[in-house]
Amino acid sequence: MASSEPNGEARAAPQPAARPRREVMYRHTVAVRLTHWINVLILVLLLMSGLRLFNYHPALYWGNYGYRGVPAFVSIAALEDIETDEPVGVTTIMGHNFITTGVLGVSYDANGEPIAAAFPNWLTLPGGLAGARDVHFAAAWLLVLNGLVYLLFSLFTGHFRRDLLPGAGELRPRHMLTDMWNHLRLRRARGQAARRYNVLQKLAYVIVIFILLPVMVLTGLTMSPAVTAALPFLFDMFAGRQSARTIHFLVANLLVLFVFIHIIQVIVTGLFNNMRSMITGRYAIPPED
Amino acid sequence: MSPITRRSLIAGSSAAAAALVSGCDPFSLSDGEALRPILDFGQFISLHVQRALLAGQPLAREFTEADISPEFPPNGTERPNGMAYFRHMMSNFADFRLTVDGMVKKPLSLTLDEVKAMPPRTQITMHNCDEGWSAIGQWTGVPLAHLLQTAELMPQARYIVFHCMDEMVRTPDNSGFYYESIDLFDAMHPQTILAYGMNGKALPVAHGAPLRLRVERHVGYKHAKYVNRIEAVDRLTHIARGKGGFWEDRGYQWYAGL
Repeated sequence: MASSEPNGEARAAPQPAARPRREVMYRHTVAVRLTHWINVLILVLLLMSGLRLFNYHPALYWGNYGYRGVPAFVSIAALEDIETDEPVGVTTIMGHNFITTGVLGVSYDANGEPIAAAFPNWLTLPGGLAGARDVHFAAAWLLVLNGLVYLLFSLFTGHFRRDLLPGAGELRPRHMLTDMWNHLRLRRARGQAARRYNVLQKLAYVIVIFILLPVMVLTGLTMSPAVTAALPFLFDMFAGRQSARTIHFLVANLLVLFVFIHIIQVIVTGLFNNMRSMITGRYAIPPED
Repeated sequence: MSPITRRSLIAGSSAAAAALVSGCDPFSLSDGEALRPILDFGQFISLHVQRALLAGQPLAREFTEADISPEFPPNGTERPNGMAYFRHMMSNFADFRLTVDGMVKKPLSLTLDEVKAMPPRTQITMHNCDEGWSAIGQWTGVPLAHLLQTAELMPQARYIVFHCMDEMVRTPDNSGFYYESIDLFDAMHPQTILAYGMNGKALPVAHGAPLRLRVERHVGYKHAKYVNRIEAVDRLTHIARGKGGFWEDRGYQWYAGL
Protein backbone atom coordinates (compact mmCIF):
# COMPACT_ATOMS: atom_id res chain seq x y z
CA MET A 1 0.00 0.00 0.00
CA ALA A 2 1.28 3.45 -0.85
CA SER A 3 2.20 5.70 2.03
CA SER A 4 2.80 9.38 2.42
CA GLU A 5 6.55 8.68 2.59
CA PRO A 6 8.56 10.46 -0.07
CA ASN A 7 8.59 8.28 -3.15
CA GLY A 8 11.49 7.10 -5.30
CA GLU A 9 12.20 10.33 -7.14
CA ALA A 10 12.21 12.29 -3.90
CA ARG A 11 14.82 9.92 -2.56
CA ALA A 12 16.88 10.23 -5.73
CA ALA A 13 17.14 13.98 -5.17
CA PRO A 14 18.08 14.43 -1.55
CA GLN A 15 17.29 18.11 -1.29
CA PRO A 16 17.60 19.68 2.14
CA ALA A 17 13.92 20.69 2.49
CA ALA A 18 12.63 17.21 1.62
CA ARG A 19 9.04 18.17 2.26
CA PRO A 20 6.94 15.20 1.11
CA ARG A 21 4.69 15.94 -1.83
CA ARG A 22 1.03 15.92 -0.90
CA GLU A 23 -0.36 12.61 -1.88
CA VAL A 24 -3.77 12.59 -3.53
CA MET A 25 -6.05 9.60 -3.19
CA TYR A 26 -9.27 8.77 -5.01
CA ARG A 27 -11.63 8.77 -2.06
CA HIS A 28 -15.24 8.95 -3.27
CA THR A 29 -16.63 6.96 -6.21
CA VAL A 30 -18.92 8.71 -8.63
CA ALA A 31 -21.97 6.88 -7.23
CA VAL A 32 -21.22 8.09 -3.69
CA ARG A 33 -20.66 11.66 -4.88
CA LEU A 34 -23.80 11.73 -7.01
CA THR A 35 -26.12 10.21 -4.41
CA HIS A 36 -24.60 12.47 -1.74
CA TRP A 37 -25.45 15.69 -3.57
CA ILE A 38 -28.88 14.47 -4.63
CA ASN A 39 -29.46 13.64 -0.97
CA VAL A 40 -28.48 17.17 0.06
CA LEU A 41 -31.16 18.63 -2.18
CA ILE A 42 -33.77 16.05 -1.12
CA LEU A 43 -33.13 16.48 2.62
CA VAL A 44 -33.41 20.26 2.36
CA LEU A 45 -36.75 19.91 0.56
CA LEU A 46 -37.96 17.30 3.05
CA LEU A 47 -37.01 19.42 6.05
CA MET A 48 -38.55 22.62 4.74
CA SER A 49 -41.77 20.98 3.55
CA GLY A 50 -41.92 18.84 6.70
CA LEU A 51 -41.71 21.87 8.98
CA ARG A 52 -44.46 23.46 6.88
CA LEU A 53 -46.63 20.38 7.42
CA PHE A 54 -45.85 20.47 11.15
CA ASN A 55 -47.06 24.09 11.25
CA TYR A 56 -50.58 22.94 10.33
CA HIS A 57 -50.80 20.98 13.58
CA PRO A 58 -47.87 22.01 15.79
CA ALA A 59 -48.29 19.43 18.53
CA LEU A 60 -46.86 15.95 19.15
CA TYR A 61 -48.66 13.10 20.89
CA TRP A 62 -48.17 9.44 21.81
CA GLY A 63 -50.45 6.54 20.86
CA ASN A 64 -52.91 6.31 18.02
CA TYR A 65 -55.03 9.43 18.46
CA GLY A 66 -54.04 13.02 19.04
CA TYR A 67 -55.87 16.28 18.40
CA ARG A 68 -56.30 19.66 19.99
CA GLY A 69 -57.11 19.03 23.66
CA VAL A 70 -55.18 15.77 23.99
CA PRO A 71 -52.08 16.20 26.19
CA ALA A 72 -49.08 16.84 23.93
CA PHE A 73 -45.35 16.27 24.56
CA VAL A 74 -44.47 19.28 22.52
CA SER A 75 -46.67 22.05 21.24
CA ILE A 76 -46.01 25.47 19.77
CA ALA A 77 -48.60 28.23 19.94
CA ALA A 78 -49.08 31.92 19.26
CA LEU A 79 -50.74 33.83 22.08
CA GLU A 80 -51.37 37.49 22.66
CA ASP A 81 -50.23 39.43 25.69
CA ILE A 82 -53.46 41.28 26.55
CA GLU A 83 -51.56 43.92 28.53
CA THR A 84 -49.29 44.98 25.69
CA ASP A 85 -51.22 43.64 22.69
CA GLU A 86 -47.92 42.04 21.63
CA PRO A 87 -47.92 38.55 20.14
CA VAL A 88 -46.07 35.92 22.11
CA GLY A 89 -44.70 32.63 20.83
CA VAL A 90 -44.93 29.86 23.40
CA THR A 91 -43.27 26.46 23.11
CA THR A 92 -44.41 23.83 25.59
CA ILE A 93 -42.17 20.81 26.18
CA MET A 94 -43.33 18.13 28.63
CA GLY A 95 -45.52 20.64 30.44
CA HIS A 96 -42.84 23.34 30.68
CA ASN A 97 -43.57 26.61 28.89
CA PHE A 98 -40.87 28.61 27.14
CA ILE A 99 -41.34 31.99 25.50
CA THR A 100 -39.87 31.62 22.02
CA THR A 101 -41.13 34.77 20.31
CA GLY A 102 -39.10 35.54 17.21
CA VAL A 103 -38.31 31.94 16.38
CA LEU A 104 -41.07 29.51 17.38
CA GLY A 105 -44.76 30.35 17.54
CA VAL A 106 -44.33 33.96 16.48
CA SER A 107 -41.76 35.21 14.01
CA TYR A 108 -41.40 38.40 11.98
CA ASP A 109 -41.44 38.99 8.25
CA ALA A 110 -39.12 41.33 6.34
CA ASN A 111 -41.26 44.33 7.34
CA GLY A 112 -41.17 43.40 11.00
CA GLU A 113 -44.79 42.27 10.98
CA PRO A 114 -45.50 39.35 13.33
CA ILE A 115 -46.47 36.03 11.75
CA ALA A 116 -48.22 33.30 13.69
CA ALA A 117 -46.42 30.14 12.63
CA ALA A 118 -44.84 27.36 14.69
CA PHE A 119 -41.65 27.36 12.60
CA PRO A 120 -40.77 30.67 10.95
CA ASN A 121 -41.51 31.24 7.28
CA TRP A 122 -37.84 31.50 6.34
CA LEU A 123 -37.35 27.90 7.47
CA THR A 124 -40.41 26.45 5.76
CA LEU A 125 -41.38 25.98 2.17
CA PRO A 126 -43.77 28.61 0.79
CA GLY A 127 -47.19 27.43 -0.27
CA GLY A 128 -50.09 25.87 1.50
CA LEU A 129 -50.74 22.45 2.93
CA ALA A 130 -51.38 20.91 -0.50
CA GLY A 131 -48.07 22.22 -1.85
CA ALA A 132 -46.13 21.06 1.20
CA ARG A 133 -47.68 17.60 0.92
CA ASP A 134 -46.79 17.37 -2.78
CA VAL A 135 -43.17 18.41 -2.22
CA HIS A 136 -42.76 16.21 0.86
CA PHE A 137 -44.09 13.07 -0.80
CA ALA A 138 -42.31 13.58 -4.13
CA ALA A 139 -39.04 14.23 -2.25
CA ALA A 140 -39.65 11.21 -0.01
CA TRP A 141 -39.90 8.92 -3.04
CA LEU A 142 -36.71 10.44 -4.45
CA LEU A 143 -35.01 9.79 -1.09
CA VAL A 144 -36.04 6.14 -1.26
CA LEU A 145 -34.93 5.75 -4.89
CA ASN A 146 -31.65 7.57 -4.26
CA GLY A 147 -31.12 5.49 -1.12
CA LEU A 148 -31.70 2.24 -3.01
CA VAL A 149 -29.18 3.23 -5.69
CA TYR A 150 -26.66 4.00 -2.93
CA LEU A 151 -27.37 0.76 -1.03
CA LEU A 152 -27.13 -1.48 -4.08
CA PHE A 153 -23.97 0.21 -5.27
CA SER A 154 -22.36 0.09 -1.85
CA LEU A 155 -23.16 -3.58 -1.39
CA PHE A 156 -21.69 -4.53 -4.77
CA THR A 157 -18.54 -2.42 -4.47
CA GLY A 158 -17.83 -3.28 -0.85
CA HIS A 159 -18.14 0.38 0.20
CA PHE A 160 -19.88 -0.58 3.44
CA ARG A 161 -17.43 -3.30 4.41
CA ARG A 162 -14.32 -1.42 3.34
CA ASP A 163 -15.14 2.16 4.37
CA LEU A 164 -17.98 2.16 6.92
CA LEU A 165 -17.83 -1.03 8.99
CA PRO A 166 -15.74 -0.35 12.10
CA GLY A 167 -13.05 -2.94 12.78
CA ALA A 168 -12.96 -4.83 16.08
CA GLY A 169 -9.91 -2.87 17.18
CA GLU A 170 -11.61 0.42 16.48
CA LEU A 171 -14.49 -0.44 18.78
CA ARG A 172 -12.25 -0.98 21.82
CA PRO A 173 -13.02 1.58 24.53
CA ARG A 174 -9.44 2.87 24.56
CA HIS A 175 -9.48 3.54 20.82
CA MET A 176 -12.93 5.16 21.00
CA LEU A 177 -11.83 7.44 23.85
CA THR A 178 -8.70 8.48 21.97
CA ASP A 179 -10.81 9.26 18.95
CA MET A 180 -13.26 11.28 21.05
CA TRP A 181 -10.36 13.21 22.55
CA ASN A 182 -9.04 13.96 19.04
CA HIS A 183 -12.48 15.20 18.03
CA LEU A 184 -12.77 17.45 21.09
CA ARG A 185 -9.38 18.97 20.29
CA LEU A 186 -10.54 19.40 16.65
CA ARG A 187 -7.40 17.48 15.70
CA ARG A 188 -7.54 16.35 12.09
CA ALA A 189 -6.24 13.01 10.92
CA ARG A 190 -3.00 13.00 8.98
CA GLY A 191 -1.02 10.56 6.91
CA GLN A 192 -2.18 6.94 7.02
CA ALA A 193 -4.99 7.75 9.44
CA ALA A 194 -6.47 10.25 7.00
CA ARG A 195 -6.93 7.54 4.37
CA ARG A 196 -9.83 6.04 6.26
CA TYR A 197 -12.79 7.34 8.22
CA ASN A 198 -12.21 7.41 11.96
CA VAL A 199 -14.37 5.25 14.19
CA LEU A 200 -16.76 7.99 15.36
CA GLN A 201 -17.22 9.05 11.77
CA LYS A 202 -17.94 5.46 10.73
CA LEU A 203 -20.44 5.02 13.55
CA ALA A 204 -22.18 8.31 12.71
CA TYR A 205 -22.57 7.32 9.06
CA VAL A 206 -23.72 3.80 9.94
CA ILE A 207 -26.33 5.15 12.39
CA VAL A 208 -27.64 7.67 9.85
CA ILE A 209 -27.70 5.21 6.94
CA PHE A 210 -28.99 2.12 8.71
CA ILE A 211 -31.07 3.51 11.57
CA LEU A 212 -32.15 7.14 11.27
CA LEU A 213 -33.06 7.28 7.57
CA PRO A 214 -34.91 3.92 7.59
CA VAL A 215 -36.82 5.03 10.72
CA MET A 216 -37.76 8.26 8.92
CA VAL A 217 -39.14 6.31 5.97
CA LEU A 218 -41.00 3.77 8.13
CA THR A 219 -42.53 6.35 10.51
CA GLY A 220 -43.53 8.39 7.47
CA LEU A 221 -45.26 5.35 5.99
CA THR A 222 -47.01 4.71 9.34
CA MET A 223 -48.84 8.01 8.85
CA SER A 224 -50.36 6.77 5.59
CA PRO A 225 -53.77 5.09 6.07
CA ALA A 226 -53.33 3.14 2.82
CA VAL A 227 -49.92 1.78 3.83
CA THR A 228 -51.06 0.77 7.33
CA ALA A 229 -54.04 -1.08 5.82
CA ALA A 230 -51.52 -3.21 3.93
CA LEU A 231 -48.81 -3.26 6.65
CA PRO A 232 -50.65 -2.95 9.99
CA PHE A 233 -47.59 -4.11 11.97
CA LEU A 234 -46.22 -0.57 11.49
CA PHE A 235 -48.70 0.62 14.16
CA ASP A 236 -47.26 -1.93 16.60
CA MET A 237 -43.68 -1.19 15.63
CA PHE A 238 -44.00 2.51 16.51
CA ALA A 239 -46.74 2.35 19.20
CA GLY A 240 -49.38 4.04 17.07
CA ARG A 241 -49.92 6.64 14.42
CA GLN A 242 -49.27 9.73 16.56
CA SER A 243 -46.24 8.07 18.14
CA ALA A 244 -44.89 7.48 14.65
CA ARG A 245 -45.43 11.18 13.87
CA THR A 246 -43.59 12.15 17.08
CA ILE A 247 -40.68 9.80 16.32
CA HIS A 248 -40.59 11.14 12.75
CA PHE A 249 -40.19 14.67 14.14
CA LEU A 250 -37.57 13.75 16.75
CA VAL A 251 -35.46 11.72 14.31
CA ALA A 252 -35.67 14.62 11.83
CA ASN A 253 -34.11 16.73 14.59
CA LEU A 254 -31.34 14.15 15.01
CA LEU A 255 -30.66 14.29 11.27
CA VAL A 256 -30.43 18.08 11.44
CA LEU A 257 -27.99 17.71 14.34
CA PHE A 258 -25.95 15.22 12.31
CA VAL A 259 -25.82 17.60 9.34
CA PHE A 260 -24.68 20.46 11.60
CA ILE A 261 -21.82 18.41 13.04
CA HIS A 262 -21.01 17.03 9.59
CA ILE A 263 -20.68 20.54 8.13
CA ILE A 264 -18.54 21.71 11.06
CA GLN A 265 -16.24 18.71 10.58
CA VAL A 266 -16.01 19.38 6.85
CA ILE A 267 -14.88 22.94 7.59
CA VAL A 268 -12.50 22.06 10.42
CA THR A 269 -10.76 19.25 8.53
CA GLY A 270 -10.21 21.27 5.38
CA LEU A 271 -13.17 22.76 3.56
CA PHE A 272 -11.50 22.94 0.13
CA ASN A 273 -10.03 19.46 0.25
CA ASN A 274 -13.25 17.91 1.52
CA MET A 275 -15.45 19.71 -0.99
CA ARG A 276 -13.09 18.77 -3.80
CA SER A 277 -13.15 15.13 -2.76
CA MET A 278 -16.97 15.05 -2.73
CA ILE A 279 -17.09 16.78 -6.14
CA THR A 280 -14.14 15.26 -8.04
CA GLY A 281 -13.41 12.28 -5.81
CA ARG A 282 -9.79 13.35 -5.24
CA TYR A 283 -8.66 13.88 -1.66
CA ALA A 284 -5.25 15.18 -0.64
CA ILE A 285 -3.81 13.29 2.33
CA PRO A 286 -2.63 15.79 4.92
CA PRO A 287 1.07 14.94 5.51
CA GLU A 288 2.23 13.71 8.92
CA ASP A 289 3.51 16.40 11.24
CA MET B 1 -50.24 34.06 6.96
CA SER B 2 -52.52 36.42 8.76
CA PRO B 3 -51.35 38.58 11.64
CA ILE B 4 -51.76 37.36 15.20
CA THR B 5 -55.15 36.71 16.66
CA ARG B 6 -55.92 35.73 20.20
CA ARG B 7 -56.26 32.13 19.19
CA SER B 8 -53.52 29.61 19.40
CA LEU B 9 -52.00 28.38 16.18
CA ILE B 10 -53.71 25.05 16.40
CA ALA B 11 -57.03 26.80 16.13
CA GLY B 12 -55.62 28.79 13.27
CA SER B 13 -55.60 25.90 10.83
CA SER B 14 -59.02 26.84 9.52
CA ALA B 15 -57.63 30.27 8.75
CA ALA B 16 -54.92 28.57 6.73
CA ALA B 17 -57.60 26.63 4.90
CA ALA B 18 -59.42 29.89 4.22
CA ALA B 19 -56.19 31.30 2.82
CA LEU B 20 -56.08 28.37 0.43
CA VAL B 21 -59.59 29.07 -0.77
CA SER B 22 -58.73 32.72 -1.31
CA GLY B 23 -55.91 31.56 -3.55
CA CYS B 24 -52.49 32.22 -2.09
CA ASP B 25 -51.15 28.76 -2.69
CA PRO B 26 -48.31 29.06 -5.21
CA PHE B 27 -48.19 25.33 -5.83
CA SER B 28 -51.77 24.91 -6.94
CA LEU B 29 -52.36 28.10 -8.91
CA SER B 30 -51.01 29.50 -12.12
CA ASP B 31 -47.63 30.77 -10.90
CA GLY B 32 -46.68 27.33 -9.59
CA GLU B 33 -47.87 25.30 -12.55
CA ALA B 34 -44.32 24.83 -13.84
CA LEU B 35 -43.62 22.63 -10.81
CA ARG B 36 -46.66 20.44 -11.42
CA PRO B 37 -45.01 17.59 -13.37
CA ILE B 38 -42.32 17.14 -10.70
CA LEU B 39 -44.83 17.24 -7.86
CA ASP B 40 -47.29 14.94 -9.60
CA PHE B 41 -44.46 12.41 -9.86
CA GLY B 42 -44.91 11.75 -6.14
CA GLN B 43 -48.63 11.21 -6.53
CA PHE B 44 -48.04 8.87 -9.47
CA ILE B 45 -45.65 6.61 -7.53
CA SER B 46 -47.75 6.74 -4.34
CA LEU B 47 -50.90 5.66 -6.17
CA HIS B 48 -49.26 2.77 -7.99
CA VAL B 49 -47.10 1.49 -5.14
CA GLN B 50 -49.93 1.71 -2.61
CA ARG B 51 -52.40 0.06 -4.99
CA ALA B 52 -49.90 -2.77 -5.46
CA LEU B 53 -49.61 -3.13 -1.68
CA LEU B 54 -53.41 -3.15 -1.39
CA ALA B 55 -54.00 -5.61 -4.25
CA GLY B 56 -55.47 -8.16 -1.84
CA GLN B 57 -57.94 -5.50 -0.57
CA PRO B 58 -56.90 -5.81 3.12
CA LEU B 59 -59.02 -4.02 5.72
CA ALA B 60 -57.74 -0.95 7.53
CA ARG B 61 -57.09 -1.82 11.16
CA GLU B 62 -60.26 -1.98 13.23
CA PHE B 63 -59.99 -1.01 16.88
CA THR B 64 -61.94 -1.96 20.00
CA GLU B 65 -64.47 0.20 21.83
CA ALA B 66 -61.83 0.89 24.47
CA ASP B 67 -59.69 2.54 21.78
CA ILE B 68 -62.32 5.13 20.76
CA SER B 69 -60.92 8.61 21.37
CA PRO B 70 -62.70 10.71 24.04
CA GLU B 71 -63.45 13.33 21.41
CA PHE B 72 -63.57 13.46 17.65
CA PRO B 73 -62.87 16.92 16.27
CA PRO B 74 -65.23 17.85 13.43
CA ASN B 75 -63.41 19.22 10.41
CA GLY B 76 -64.57 21.27 7.44
CA THR B 77 -68.22 22.30 7.50
CA GLU B 78 -69.83 21.86 10.92
CA ARG B 79 -73.33 22.86 9.80
CA PRO B 80 -74.25 23.58 6.18
CA ASN B 81 -75.59 27.06 5.46
CA GLY B 82 -79.01 27.61 3.95
CA MET B 83 -82.62 26.91 4.77
CA ALA B 84 -82.82 23.67 2.81
CA TYR B 85 -80.46 21.94 5.23
CA PHE B 86 -82.01 23.71 8.21
CA ARG B 87 -85.44 22.31 7.29
CA HIS B 88 -83.88 18.83 7.13
CA MET B 89 -82.52 19.37 10.64
CA MET B 90 -85.92 20.55 11.89
CA SER B 91 -87.71 17.51 10.46
CA ASN B 92 -84.96 15.14 11.55
CA PHE B 93 -84.24 14.31 7.90
CA ALA B 94 -87.75 12.87 7.36
CA ASP B 95 -87.90 14.39 3.84
CA PHE B 96 -84.26 13.63 3.02
CA ARG B 97 -83.64 11.54 -0.09
CA LEU B 98 -80.40 9.90 -1.15
CA THR B 99 -80.16 9.81 -4.92
CA VAL B 100 -78.04 7.19 -6.66
CA ASP B 101 -77.82 7.97 -10.37
CA GLY B 102 -75.49 8.45 -13.31
CA MET B 103 -74.19 5.30 -14.97
CA VAL B 104 -76.52 2.89 -13.18
CA LYS B 105 -79.29 0.79 -14.66
CA LYS B 106 -81.73 1.40 -11.78
CA PRO B 107 -81.40 4.90 -10.31
CA LEU B 108 -82.42 5.03 -6.66
CA SER B 109 -84.10 7.61 -4.46
CA LEU B 110 -84.00 6.42 -0.86
CA THR B 111 -85.29 7.77 2.42
CA LEU B 112 -82.96 7.58 5.41
CA ASP B 113 -85.07 4.72 6.81
CA GLU B 114 -84.68 2.81 3.56
CA VAL B 115 -80.90 3.28 3.75
CA LYS B 116 -80.92 2.07 7.36
CA ALA B 117 -82.95 -1.00 6.37
CA MET B 118 -80.09 -2.20 4.18
CA PRO B 119 -77.57 -4.65 5.68
CA PRO B 120 -75.36 -2.50 7.93
CA ARG B 121 -71.67 -2.59 8.72
CA THR B 122 -70.11 -1.24 11.92
CA GLN B 123 -66.39 -0.48 12.16
CA ILE B 124 -64.10 1.25 14.66
CA THR B 125 -61.42 2.99 12.65
CA MET B 126 -58.87 5.78 12.77
CA HIS B 127 -59.52 9.08 11.02
CA ASN B 128 -56.32 10.65 9.69
CA CYS B 129 -56.45 14.35 8.96
CA ASP B 130 -53.89 15.59 6.43
CA GLU B 131 -52.98 18.32 8.93
CA GLY B 132 -51.52 15.62 11.17
CA TRP B 133 -54.08 14.88 13.88
CA SER B 134 -56.01 11.63 14.21
CA ALA B 135 -59.02 10.36 16.15
CA ILE B 136 -60.75 6.99 16.52
CA GLY B 137 -64.49 6.54 16.11
CA GLN B 138 -67.12 3.89 15.55
CA TRP B 139 -69.13 4.15 12.35
CA THR B 140 -72.31 2.36 11.30
CA GLY B 141 -73.62 2.54 7.76
CA VAL B 142 -74.43 0.76 4.56
CA PRO B 143 -71.56 -0.54 2.43
CA LEU B 144 -71.33 1.51 -0.75
CA ALA B 145 -70.90 -1.75 -2.69
CA HIS B 146 -74.40 -2.80 -1.60
CA LEU B 147 -75.92 0.48 -2.83
CA LEU B 148 -74.10 0.20 -6.15
CA GLN B 149 -75.13 -3.42 -6.61
CA THR B 150 -78.75 -2.48 -5.89
CA ALA B 151 -78.56 0.32 -8.46
CA GLU B 152 -76.73 -1.98 -10.91
CA LEU B 153 -73.63 -0.17 -12.01
CA MET B 154 -73.08 0.02 -15.77
CA PRO B 155 -69.83 -1.51 -17.06
CA GLN B 156 -68.45 1.82 -18.28
CA ALA B 157 -68.67 3.43 -14.80
CA ARG B 158 -65.19 4.08 -13.34
CA TYR B 159 -65.66 6.62 -10.57
CA ILE B 160 -68.24 7.26 -7.86
CA VAL B 161 -68.92 10.94 -7.11
CA PHE B 162 -70.37 12.11 -3.80
CA HIS B 163 -72.35 15.34 -4.02
CA CYS B 164 -72.80 17.14 -0.71
CA MET B 165 -75.25 19.63 0.79
CA ASP B 166 -72.64 22.03 2.20
CA GLU B 167 -71.67 24.97 0.03
CA MET B 168 -68.06 25.90 0.79
CA VAL B 169 -67.84 29.01 -1.42
CA ARG B 170 -70.53 30.91 -3.27
CA THR B 171 -70.08 30.75 -7.02
CA PRO B 172 -72.39 31.83 -9.87
CA ASP B 173 -72.40 28.31 -11.32
CA ASN B 174 -72.99 26.50 -8.01
CA SER B 175 -69.61 24.76 -8.27
CA GLY B 176 -68.68 25.68 -4.70
CA PHE B 177 -70.47 22.75 -3.05
CA TYR B 178 -68.31 20.12 -1.41
CA TYR B 179 -67.93 16.99 -3.47
CA GLU B 180 -65.55 14.08 -3.62
CA SER B 181 -64.86 11.06 -5.80
CA ILE B 182 -63.28 7.64 -5.50
CA ASP B 183 -62.64 4.92 -8.04
CA LEU B 184 -64.20 1.46 -8.02
CA PHE B 185 -61.13 -0.05 -6.29
CA ASP B 186 -62.11 1.89 -3.17
CA ALA B 187 -65.85 1.99 -3.83
CA MET B 188 -66.17 -1.80 -3.66
CA HIS B 189 -64.00 -2.17 -0.53
CA PRO B 190 -65.96 -3.66 2.41
CA GLN B 191 -65.02 -0.76 4.73
CA THR B 192 -66.24 1.90 2.32
CA ILE B 193 -69.59 2.79 3.84
CA LEU B 194 -72.13 5.58 3.92
CA ALA B 195 -72.37 6.11 7.66
CA TYR B 196 -75.52 7.24 9.47
CA GLY B 197 -74.33 6.28 12.96
CA MET B 198 -71.30 7.37 14.99
CA ASN B 199 -70.16 5.97 18.34
CA GLY B 200 -73.52 4.18 18.80
CA LYS B 201 -75.68 7.26 18.16
CA ALA B 202 -77.16 8.99 15.12
CA LEU B 203 -74.48 10.76 13.07
CA PRO B 204 -74.21 14.31 14.50
CA VAL B 205 -74.68 17.35 12.25
CA ALA B 206 -71.06 18.38 12.83
CA HIS B 207 -69.93 15.05 11.41
CA GLY B 208 -72.10 15.13 8.29
CA ALA B 209 -75.68 14.10 9.14
CA PRO B 210 -77.56 12.33 7.80
CA LEU B 211 -74.97 10.48 5.67
CA ARG B 212 -71.21 10.70 5.30
CA LEU B 213 -68.65 8.66 3.43
CA ARG B 214 -66.10 6.54 5.27
CA VAL B 215 -63.30 5.48 2.94
CA GLU B 216 -60.81 4.21 5.48
CA ARG B 217 -57.63 3.99 3.41
CA HIS B 218 -57.65 7.73 2.66
CA VAL B 219 -56.99 10.88 4.68
CA GLY B 220 -59.81 13.07 5.95
CA TYR B 221 -60.84 15.23 3.02
CA LYS B 222 -61.96 12.19 0.98
CA HIS B 223 -64.60 11.40 3.67
CA ALA B 224 -67.39 13.56 2.22
CA LYS B 225 -70.04 14.75 4.70
CA TYR B 226 -73.71 15.69 4.11
CA VAL B 227 -73.91 13.37 1.07
CA ASN B 228 -77.26 13.48 -0.73
CA ARG B 229 -76.34 12.26 -4.19
CA ILE B 230 -74.11 9.47 -5.41
CA GLU B 231 -73.30 9.61 -9.10
CA ALA B 232 -71.53 6.93 -11.14
CA VAL B 233 -69.42 8.41 -13.94
CA ASP B 234 -66.79 7.34 -16.44
CA ARG B 235 -64.64 10.47 -15.98
CA LEU B 236 -64.37 13.43 -13.61
CA THR B 237 -63.52 16.24 -16.00
CA HIS B 238 -67.08 17.53 -16.44
CA ILE B 239 -67.83 18.00 -12.72
CA ALA B 240 -67.13 21.41 -11.12
CA ARG B 241 -63.52 22.26 -12.02
CA GLY B 242 -62.84 18.73 -13.15
CA LYS B 243 -60.28 17.45 -10.62
CA GLY B 244 -62.60 15.12 -8.73
CA GLY B 245 -63.27 17.02 -5.51
CA PHE B 246 -63.68 20.41 -3.87
CA TRP B 247 -60.14 20.39 -2.47
CA GLU B 248 -58.74 18.64 -5.52
CA ASP B 249 -60.07 21.57 -7.58
CA ARG B 250 -58.00 23.78 -5.28
CA GLY B 251 -54.63 22.03 -5.51
CA TYR B 252 -54.98 18.91 -3.35
CA GLN B 253 -54.19 15.51 -4.79
CA TRP B 254 -57.04 13.27 -5.88
CA TYR B 255 -55.30 10.20 -4.47
CA ALA B 256 -55.22 10.70 -0.71
CA GLY B 257 -53.87 7.43 0.65
CA LEU B 258 -51.11 9.33 2.41
